[in-house]
Amino acid sequence: MNMNMQRMIFALALAGSLVAIAAPASAEDQVSPPRQKWSFAGPFGKFDEAQLQRGYKIYREVCSNCHSMEMLTFGNLADAGGPGFSEGQAEAVASEYKIKDLDGNGEPTDRPGRLADHFPSPFANELAAKAANGGTAPPDMSTLAKARSYSRGFPWFVFDAFTQYQEQGPDYIAAILNGYVDPPKDFKLPEGGHYNEYFPGHTIAMPPPLQAGQVTFDDGSPQTMQQYSKDVAAFLMWAAEPKLVQRKRTGFQVMIFLIVLTGLLYFTKKKVWSAVH
Amino acid sequence: MTTVSSAEHSRRDFLYIATGAVGAVGAAAALVPLIAQMNPDASTIAAGAAVEIDLAPIADGQIVKVFWRSKPIFIFHRTKKEIEEAQKVDVASLPDPEPDSERVKKGHDQWLVVIGICTHLGCIPLAHQGEYDGWFCPCHGSQYDTAGRIRKGPAPKNLYLPPYKFVSDTKIQIG
Amino acid sequence: MSGPSTYQPTNRAMQWFEKRLPIGGLIHSSFVAYPTPRNLNYWWTFGGILSFMLGVQIITGVVLAMHYTPHIDLAFKSVEAIMRDVNYGWLLRYLHANGAAMFFLAVYIHMFRGLYYGSYKEPREVLWILGVIIYLLMMATGFMGYVLVWGQMSFWAATVITNLFSAIPGVGDTIVTWLWGGYAVGNPTLNRFYSLHYLLPFVIAGVVVLHVWALHVAGQNNPTGIDPKSDKDTVPFTPYATMKDAFGLACFLIFFAWFVFYIPNYLGHADNYIPANPAVTPPEIVPEWYYLPFYAILRSIPNKLLGVCALFGSIGILAFLPWLDTSRVKSGRYRPLFRQFFWLFVIACVGLGWLGTKQPEGIYVILARILTFYYFAFFLIVLPLLGIFEKTKPLPNSISESVLGAKA
Repeated sequence: MNMNMQRMIFALALAGSLVAIAAPASAEDQVSPPRQKWSFAGPFGKFDEAQLQRGYKIYREVCSNCHSMEMLTFGNLADAGGPGFSEGQAEAVASEYKIKDLDGNGEPTDRPGRLADHFPSPFANELAAKAANGGTAPPDMSTLAKARSYSRGFPWFVFDAFTQYQEQGPDYIAAILNGYVDPPKDFKLPEGGHYNEYFPGHTIAMPPPLQAGQVTFDDGSPQTMQQYSKDVAAFLMWAAEPKLVQRKRTGFQVMIFLIVLTGLLYFTKKKVWSAVH
Repeated sequence: MTTVSSAEHSRRDFLYIATGAVGAVGAAAALVPLIAQMNPDASTIAAGAAVEIDLAPIADGQIVKVFWRSKPIFIFHRTKKEIEEAQKVDVASLPDPEPDSERVKKGHDQWLVVIGICTHLGCIPLAHQGEYDGWFCPCHGSQYDTAGRIRKGPAPKNLYLPPYKFVSDTKIQIG
Repeated sequence: MSGPSTYQPTNRAMQWFEKRLPIGGLIHSSFVAYPTPRNLNYWWTFGGILSFMLGVQIITGVVLAMHYTPHIDLAFKSVEAIMRDVNYGWLLRYLHANGAAMFFLAVYIHMFRGLYYGSYKEPREVLWILGVIIYLLMMATGFMGYVLVWGQMSFWAATVITNLFSAIPGVGDTIVTWLWGGYAVGNPTLNRFYSLHYLLPFVIAGVVVLHVWALHVAGQNNPTGIDPKSDKDTVPFTPYATMKDAFGLACFLIFFAWFVFYIPNYLGHADNYIPANPAVTPPEIVPEWYYLPFYAILRSIPNKLLGVCALFGSIGILAFLPWLDTSRVKSGRYRPLFRQFFWLFVIACVGLGWLGTKQPEGIYVILARILTFYYFAFFLIVLPLLGIFEKTKPLPNSISESVLGAKA
């Protein structure tokens, strides 16, 4: 190879090693969450309906006491590519909820939920949520799995583009739920905070929300912390990205089409230019 | 330039045609989401789901207006006199012939459920007005009777019936 | 465009129309018969790719605008409604967001190509400056588009960038209040950004027309940097350049589709899935990757006003490039010393981009200052001096000779 290329490669290697030296110095104290295996990862990933149903049960019985999920409707539970409830089951879920509405005279009243209703918030408004939770409002869960991530660092973030690693959110959530441990001896825990291994800065406002055996599963899955955190993280990923399965399926069709088209265009271009070469 | 054999000609043409065809398919496929996105989205369809109306509070002779799929629906609790008026009319003389029995549900002929949009140009007719004890449309003067049929004026058709059914004697489901 | 068109429509209807508005002749002379240097390599396909991406952004943008609500209480929810409820809404949104990234990737490759081959030199100075104007408009459009999502990053990026203008002495604060339409970034800000975000792409399209016009006056540059001397040096644009552009575009689309369908949030920031909260600043405020080098330049200078000047100067200096580079030889192929400085410049830009993700402290700020210095030195010191002192390689006699060898 010519001098130019040699110098370019040398310069890049120099830059790369500078980066590798400088990388460990990070401002925020962040432990990377362990990578879990997710059924929805990869180009042919799909949600596991049974897992989403278990995750929904955990949300319903535990999380929804503090966390809203405003952008989802009860009808979404019956959507394709989701937990796989039937419309009847989704209607039954909806009717268990009391939705605030106005009666014929304009007075506030409660009525049973309908498919088109959104999941109601456990608190009247943001201020009430903050007041009931020690000054920090529990975040809404509609987009939570896409709103959380962790720094992968060089060169991992380059590999992630090829391996399609997009599950940083669920990995983080599962790690947080499993990450409540006793603080090390010299750690100063602020008032009202809880020590969590994976939360940046290690002090999280949310008290440990789950314990083993808290939610019963009808399908015989183990009722352990590991299982709960994985199932609810998978459910939250569906809540954040309900079109994931459709997206990947369409992606496969589009990629095949584009590869065929590119091949045809390549040979066409070669054929056209053969007249000149 | 060397001569090209006819076999090469047809090979080249096939390549060009194949490329053009695949490209055209791609362009057509790309149009699908652009056009489909204008169709009613999932929340609009969900909001247009069937509604249940309780008939018990509607008094004799009262006309109530509700909305279904953003359209006004008139629910008319007809009195005996109004039912007789509707049934006595000579159907053949109507601008849009339709007997009253085809505009109500069997066994529930005191209930008339119609879409409250004038079939002329879309205004909402006024209830309990006009010469036929039904509706009067103020926009261009169409008049409807107690079965919601057009009697006088420019409207071409009777008021349309929405899809509905009786889930009990005092409750209907529209849609 | 010179002289009467050689285009004669065969169809009677086309002949009738052509006498009244000679669009057919214009298209024919500009995109069919137009003589194109025969030695263009694939770096030249990015102009076509950029035109396509502008079309993609405008089409997906107009369609998204049918469903978006520009009010602070409804914006984030309307974007989520697009993702969840609108038919193919998820596809349109991911196409538009990743399309912006692809648009910038293509424009950087296009600009570096121009830099390497001296495409900005006489007689293409105005062509180059029009390109700089397009780039500035793209940066403004992209910034405002990102704010529309009204996530945490949208809100705080808007706050940081609009606050830059307060560095202007005297009138700074007045200008910022005028930009905001209030005492902080808020609903008036969002509304006007929506209006301008819809408008600017059409301004870009207009400047692109001027850009292509200016190109066609001078003709394309080519990898040798020497002008076509005869018909042997060129080929008609259609089918030669058309098919090469089409193939290049198809390869680019595969890359684009990889992002849209499999890693649609890779280039974004997770914090922008949190609804905007004026009371909570995120742990780090980072722009999208295509602004990172300029963000690093801004933060490397400790003084606020000078930092802002460096930021705008780093883009503005591009407009002076045709006069800063004193070399008579256009193409980097024949300029061995220039080539080395050029690649160092590329590395400096990538390095500045990486530094834009880091906190401006410790070794990061030192590196950023070194690379910022090199960035400006490349334009202000290296290029002017190279033209005088560089010993260039001998140029080929003609384009066709460089392609076919001396036997042409």
